[in-house]
Amino acid sequence: MDIVVLVKQVPNTTEVRIDPKTGNLIREGVESIINPEDRHALEAALQIRDNTGGKVTVLSMGPPQAIDGICEALAMGADRGILLSDRIFAGADTWATSTTLGRAIRKIEQFDLVLAGRQAVDGDTAQIGPQVAEYLGIPQLTYVQKLEVREGAVIAERALEDGCEHIEAPTPVLVTVLSSLNEPRYPTVAGLIDSTRPRAPIEIWNGADLGVKAYEVGLAGSLTQVVKTFTPKGARNTQYLEGSPAAVAAQLIDALRKKEIRLGE
Amino acid sequence: MSRIEIDLDKCSGCGMCSRSCPYQAFEIQDKKARWIEDRCTLCGACLTSCRFEALSGEMPVREVPDFSDYRDVWVFVEQHDGRFHRSGLELLGCARTLADDLGQRVAAVVLGNNVGETARQLIEHGADRCIVVENSALGYYQTCTYAHVLAKLIGKYKPNILLLAATHLGRDLAPRLARRVGLGLTADCTRLSIDPDEKILQQTRPAFGGNIMATIVTRFSRPQTATVRPGIMKALDPDPARTGDLIAEQVDMAECREFTKVLECVMHKDRPVDLTAAKIIVAGGRPVCSDRGIGVLRDFADAVGGEIACTRVVVEEGFLPPERQVGQTGRTVRPEVYFACGISGAIQHKAGMDGSRYVIAINKDRDAPIFEMADYAIVGDLFEILPALTRAVKGE
Ligand SMILES: Cc1cc2nc3c(=O)[nH]c(=O)nc-3n(C[C@H](O)[C@H](O)[C@H](O)COP(=O)(O)OP(=O)(O)OC[C@H]3O[C@@H](n4cnc5c(N)ncnc54)[C@H](O)[C@@H]3O)c2cc1C
Ligand SMILES: Nc1ncnc2c1ncn2[C@@H]1O[C@H](COP(=O)(O)O)[C@@H](O)[C@H]1O
Repeated sequence: MDIVVLVKQVPNTTEVRIDPKTGNLIREGVESIINPEDRHALEAALQIRDNTGGKVTVLSMGPPQAIDGICEALAMGADRGILLSDRIFAGADTWATSTTLGRAIRKIEQFDLVLAGRQAVDGDTAQIGPQVAEYLGIPQLTYVQKLEVREGAVIAERALEDGCEHIEAPTPVLVTVLSSLNEPRYPTVAGLIDSTRPRAPIEIWNGADLGVKAYEVGLAGSLTQVVKTFTPKGARNTQYLEGSPAAVAAQLIDALRKKEIRLGE
Repeated sequence: MSRIEIDLDKCSGCGMCSRSCPYQAFEIQDKKARWIEDRCTLCGACLTSCRFEALSGEMPVREVPDFSDYRDVWVFVEQHDGRFHRSGLELLGCARTLADDLGQRVAAVVLGNNVGETARQLIEHGADRCIVVENSALGYYQTCTYAHVLAKLIGKYKPNILLLAATHLGRDLAPRLARRVGLGLTADCTRLSIDPDEKILQQTRPAFGGNIMATIVTRFSRPQTATVRPGIMKALDPDPARTGDLIAEQVDMAECREFTKVLECVMHKDRPVDLTAAKIIVAGGRPVCSDRGIGVLRDFADAVGGEIACTRVVVEEGFLPPERQVGQTGRTVRPEVYFACGISGAIQHKAGMDGSRYVIAINKDRDAPIFEMADYAIVGDLFEILPALTRAVKGE
């Protein structure tokens, strides 16, 4: 099976801090990582390839530094990496991102399965998978926690809010995965690839390589516009209650009952 | 179609245009530049490069299309076996405010197999009209079938705004539909409002794990489409006096291409707790990770008639199931009272409880961030405070 895995380089959000003066995100010094769920997508791809043969291609759209994620994916065992990098791709919303990724997958041509994470931790939209599937005109299976590959089809267990469902879809198909699907392997030192080496299996494609125009992608091709960003702040008037446990308990219960909150009635 | 023109009389063949182009879209042949249309992305980088003013070109300008015939606020209401998902009722409440601000109508859209008159409930909850599509293919949700029907309805009615709940179903369907119809889409909004000047939908959502909020607008496509986090908007109290039309709509299914086959659907046996419906929530953090801790929490919750909930740490440690986790990756709750016991107040937790009417924080650490989001703060040990509260409630 030939598999394309979508991987995104994201800032490690557990380290993301806000500049108290400007209210902006401090990105300097924040480590970039492969989006956690995308590692699970890659692991699934590698397992399928190891069982059935074929090729795993990782595809990422991002600034030149995103090559690090591709190198890491190759060190985990992927066969080929493609970075979509161009000034005109910058500032894309999910519409423009799915156009760009979709074009690249069409150019790859040979694929039976596209795997992606359910959502990326920086945006949390979970939109790219379904949008790329629609762009390609292939079925989508989202929130997948178990995946089985058959001849010409896949069977997936999808998580629902109050249960799960088993669904069969013909290939080619796009699947977005949850982290409960598997345990990703570690990159190996032997697999580490110097991306600057002339024969490294990494390609960098720009807008002309994809045959897109500047107005179709990036900020110019986006249908949504961010008009404002701000830091959420609490607007509560905090009242401290002091005294022994029994005393604060009495004060609190009294205060809540005065606000007509029914406690245990 | 925009293109780059080269005035060959002025061109000296110096090659500046070629050097300025990121895409090798110029070639110099016989001392003249030649433009290679296929390689050009119309980025415009070359236009200022020519010292002889031999290059000209008009870059496409983006205009906002005329959307004046797009009207009304639509809510896609999820239903399962004829029961409406709570989130749909919440969305109707929010849609009501938006539609009133715009002077437009609210329409609830329901797809299913045996919906019938139950759709009247949606009118009681704020809809002016309810568009119902019934078909045997719509009894169980499948992505492409639902996307097909909604795309057809949008084409016919031209709604101005379309809201879907950010449930698993909504997050599966909305992006598929948006790509099909050509719509901008904002995920997981926590606040919606109408811009008073432009009269467009302002969609506010958290990003970077809730560290930052972004307000987004959709200027270039209609309907302006967003998914909204369940549990955030307030449903209106049903008003039986409200009236509205029930429209039974037929959609041609001939062109509908469904790829997938549902083999089996397994529902959890005991319905998991619905924290979003709880009026009182007693939530614990890391220090309740013990049988004793859960016990103290539960005793107080029982005494006040509340549900217990927790932070992610408690779920990871295996002391409570995931459906009791509050926060960005858990549930969003808005009870009357939220007791945060031994919770530090991380931004990801706050994202799920900030809409609570009253927040009471109990923490040993006077500097814990949770106190900034509390109405009442108690600095102390929860193993002393909670039992004292339990006794006080019981009047002991
Ligand atoms: C992508 C992402 C998503 C996340 N999603 C969520 C989410 O949905 N929900 C969530 O909750 N977290 C989430 N987290 C984790 C979050 O960042 C915090 O780590 C977590 O909320 C902390 O839980 P806590 O307050 O229980 O623990 P801690 O931060 O360890 O705080 C424990 C608190 O208890 C106090 N304490 C200790 N003993 C006592 C005592 N005896 N009496 C009184 N007070 C005491 C301490 O002073 C401290 O303030 C997420 C993190 C990431 C990176
Ligand atoms: N720029 C990108 N490059 C490659 N894959 C991406 C990109 N953005 C999103 N994806 C994929 O789409 C998934 C969902 O992302 P999102 O819709 O942004 O939450 C991610 O887990 C990735 O697998």
